[in-house]
Amino acid sequence: MKKNLLGALAVTTALSPVAAMAQTEVQFWHAFTGRLGELVKAQVEEFNASQDEFVVVESHKGNYSETLNAGIAAFRAGEQPHILMVFEVGTATMMSAEGAIKPVYEVMAESGASFDPDAYIGAVKGYYTTTEGDMLSLPFNSSTPVLWVNRDAMEAAGVDPDTDLSTWEKVGEVLDQLKAGGEECPLVTAWQSWIHLENLSAYHDVPFASQDNGFAGLDTELMLNGPVQVAHLTAMGDWAKDGKFIYTGRRNEGGANFRAGECALFTESSAGYAGISSEAEFAFDVRPLPYWEAVVSEPQNTIIGGASLWVMEGHKADEYKGVGEFLSFLSSSDVQAAWHQNTGYLPITAEAGEATRAAGFYDENPGTDIAVIQMTAKEPTANSKGLRLGSFDQIRGIIDEELEAVWSGEKTAQEAMDSAKERGDALLRRFESAN
Amino acid sequence: MEKRVTFRGWLLPLALIAPQVIISAVFFFYPAGQAVWQSLFIPDPFGLSSQFVGLGNFEFLLSDKFYRASFVTTAIFSTLVTLCSMIPALFLAVIADRLIKGAGVYRTLLIWPYAVAPAVAGVLWLFMFNTRVGVVSWYLGQLGYDWNHVLNGTEAMGLVVVASAWGRISYNFLFFFAALQSVPRSVIEAAAIDGAHFWRRFFTIVLPLLSPTAFFLLVVNVVYAFFETFGVIHTITGGGPQQSTTILVYKVFSDGFVGQDLGSSSAQSVILLVVVGLLTVIQFKYVEKRVHY
Repeated sequence: MKKNLLGALAVTTALSPVAAMAQTEVQFWHAFTGRLGELVKAQVEEFNASQDEFVVVESHKGNYSETLNAGIAAFRAGEQPHILMVFEVGTATMMSAEGAIKPVYEVMAESGASFDPDAYIGAVKGYYTTTEGDMLSLPFNSSTPVLWVNRDAMEAAGVDPDTDLSTWEKVGEVLDQLKAGGEECPLVTAWQSWIHLENLSAYHDVPFASQDNGFAGLDTELMLNGPVQVAHLTAMGDWAKDGKFIYTGRRNEGGANFRAGECALFTESSAGYAGISSEAEFAFDVRPLPYWEAVVSEPQNTIIGGASLWVMEGHKADEYKGVGEFLSFLSSSDVQAAWHQNTGYLPITAEAGEATRAAGFYDENPGTDIAVIQMTAKEPTANSKGLRLGSFDQIRGIIDEELEAVWSGEKTAQEAMDSAKERGDALLRRFESAN
Repeated sequence: MEKRVTFRGWLLPLALIAPQVIISAVFFFYPAGQAVWQSLFIPDPFGLSSQFVGLGNFEFLLSDKFYRASFVTTAIFSTLVTLCSMIPALFLAVIADRLIKGAGVYRTLLIWPYAVAPAVAGVLWLFMFNTRVGVVSWYLGQLGYDWNHVLNGTEAMGLVVVASAWGRISYNFLFFFAALQSVPRSVIEAAAIDGAHFWRRFFTIVLPLLSPTAFFLLVVNVVYAFFETFGVIHTITGGGPQQSTTILVYKVFSDGFVGQDLGSSSAQSVILLVVVGLLTVIQFKYVEKRVHY
């Protein structure tokens, strides 16, 4: 066994320099395992087979945080990959790392690969472009929160599964009915800060942070303790107290409960589609994320979560040409449409969305286009373009802690959000002085 | 009388201690020095620029009431982990020592948990106590107790303590068991003939003779609870709910490797180093006086 392993190692080490001599190698570090990992591998293989000048080598480097760390450590050691996958909360960190990153618009211009920044969906692109409109990283996997409904659970509790759930006011009434009908887990959520604060703010067109949510400068302050956010969290806190909203954890723990059929309503990313459709043994459907009718007559757009691809500084020009070709390949309509249909992630170009519709995918899989519509129905405003905050991973941690105090009834929503603002602002000031 | 080996010349003794000195220098003094140096800066994650702030990182930390609160959390956590890993270990060792048949099997089984890495142990306990699918929380639910460590800080603390102490019991058991073997049988038999019952013999003879081992384990376990438990915390609670299980070392990890704030993370590890250093000094100064070698 050991001998085999050593033999295999010897073979791979012996073979790889040969490949490198023949073709220019492009290193691509990503954070995907399982089904998503296979799909990434397939994309890379397809690209490698499509031409013989470059060869892209993909490696999995752990989860999002670990991949970012691996990229940072590698850069410090002078061993950085050409392409690094970074999740959306790491965007400000990467943007500020001038000298470590090579903006995508520059790479594309220099490589001469086909690249049309206007082809990308505004709400997706906006997250990763400067206020001047220059694209810094290529959006790769983007999703947005939607409302998942367990139709069987609704019926079991005596609620019409087709009932209108477009507003939180109506959801509140349905939660009452579900509770009265004996449902033990009427509502559950994943990614509470992302859905119930960041997206809530964008969806109601109120700021989450000053300076256009951080897009306009590093001297930004959190504004998540405004009346809209506090009213929403107060309602959620009341639901939690009455056992109508069940808190399961800071990440997507609630997904297991929903997929097992234990919960009626679930706010989760549109990319939950792959897991829910394969595991759920009940009838489900997808609805747009609800909004507060009392605040807006119709909602703005939601914002994205997911990751983008950053090109690292410090490589040779012909290697960047390969990077450009690969990124151009990834943005092509066919690749994007397949990615969108397989994963539930949003198509990053409008054309890929249209190709999917033309192929009849949305008719066969109703609800899969809701995320796209929700993102693209309106032109994004300064409040709904996205978030660009330093130390954002830590700030989310602070928000999680404060939200837990609301769910357990120890703090009012106002107290918790005031405290989150104070603590988060301290980190933003630190980030400002470090960059 | 002390036994002492004398060497002629310096070369051989130097060569003999060199491996230990080199290992300490490479794996301890150098990184510790780096941490002290980095704690004076706010660097950007990529190491492209770095701003000297003097003691600014320490000021920032100590003025943060959540950071100060995590000292209390750490004190509670390490005390509980140390107690929960040493007392059951001693009890098991005493019982196993009395066994005549099958002692080897028990010993082997008791040592197994030590082979489980902290993060894996964390996941195992998390599965048992998961609020929805956990076996233990299901039984507790049957008994009418609503287990929810996701929102209840006390339950979360209890869970991480048990998960951290569990594997450690094996380690402590090994040492206690070995120490028990070296307690002279003749002394115990003499006491037995004098009419001292088992627990009396245990408290007046065995326990004092075990005190060097117990002291060693106390120091080692405190160090373990301070430094090596972040894997358990990371997998089970992530420091929550709120900050009820955010111990100092977990904050070092999350600020440094999740938040990319290496300046603050370095400053925290320096503070942690000082705290554990002081604790060890206190242990050697006061607790060791009560130890009979």
